[in-house]
Amino acid sequence: MARPVRFNVHAEADVKLVKEGPEGYMGEGFFTTSLDKVVGLGRSNSMWPLPFATSCCGIEFMATMASTYDFARFGAERVGFSPRQCDLLMVMGTIAKKMGPVLKEVYLQMAEPRWVMAVGACASSGGIFDTYSVLQGIDQIIPVDVYVPGCPPRPEAIIDGFMKVQELVHNRESVRRRNGERYKELMESYGIQ
Amino acid sequence: MPLTNDIIQCKLTERFGDQLTGFEQPYGMLTFVAPKDLNLKVMQFLNDDETLKFRFLTDLTAVHYPDRKGEELAVVYHMHNLEDNIRLRFKVFTDIQQPDVFTATALFSAAGWMERESYDFFGINFVGHPNLKRILNVEEMDYFPLRKEYPLEDQTRIDKDDEMFGRGGHIGN
Repeated sequence: MARPVRFNVHAEADVKLVKEGPEGYMGEGFFTTSLDKVVGLGRSNSMWPLPFATSCCGIEFMATMASTYDFARFGAERVGFSPRQCDLLMVMGTIAKKMGPVLKEVYLQMAEPRWVMAVGACASSGGIFDTYSVLQGIDQIIPVDVYVPGCPPRPEAIIDGFMKVQELVHNRESVRRRNGERYKELMESYGIQ
Repeated sequence: MPLTNDIIQCKLTERFGDQLTGFEQPYGMLTFVAPKDLNLKVMQFLNDDETLKFRFLTDLTAVHYPDRKGEELAVVYHMHNLEDNIRLRFKVFTDIQQPDVFTATALFSAAGWMERESYDFFGINFVGHPNLKRILNVEEMDYFPLRKEYPLEDQTRIDKDDEMFGRGGHIGN
């Protein structure tokens, strides 16, 4: 029996098989562009996610990584479990208050530039756990770049969130993110040096 | 003759007289109430007696009954006779103003963590416990969350928009 939900069956969506290159000046045998565009292009297509999965959103992430949704095609093939090597902290699941300092430690161990994605209702806001033991959103302790709604979100939603991160990395950031005034202010507000 | 609840009850009454009260058998499980000073003596007797042989402490937890003035907190012990596969449960009640109960750690090492948990959530002071501190909650917590003194949701929160939770109002109200 066919599955009730299908995607892109009518091929009307604007699907680009090959990403266009960055803006620049091209001639025979050479191409010039600005450094941050090249770096952004490279970074956004080779993000190394660090999954911080504590509950059901982590299961959805496993589905996202598996063959059907194939997260690897976005350049996030290499899921790392060392914060030092990773660019994107994906927080998936309920974070208890006792887990808060651990999460912050993991975030602090990541090297710049680093991005954070809060996957699911619990990581974003505490979700249904409006209670004494649960952190009401990880943005109380670390800055978050992209929030993915859902309880848990479908793999499509996680992929959509990841593409938003790619968009940020590719087009919205300078090469040295940590030198930006806004970023410094944000870090200051979280008490992170 | 197999061990039955009635035999256990007889044995206990023989040893402790009318100090043990409230014998009942909900779902076939013998349940009774002991004075809180006798909790260790009862446990020791259940453990040592050659026919009772309750040598396994299955569970140790607490309950808060806000309406029972003077004996608001109950500590509940579940014990198991592994040979005859019989379980029993007994409770001791204590005043919430001075929730001191003797620790069972000397009899059962398993009581250590379970008493820490009961302390963590109900604030029962297990006298003589070797390391009575919070086990599950954050250490800086200054209240006992499972006592029935608190609304289920924190009414003073300002970080959530009540409209999103079907409670009306806006952030800060």
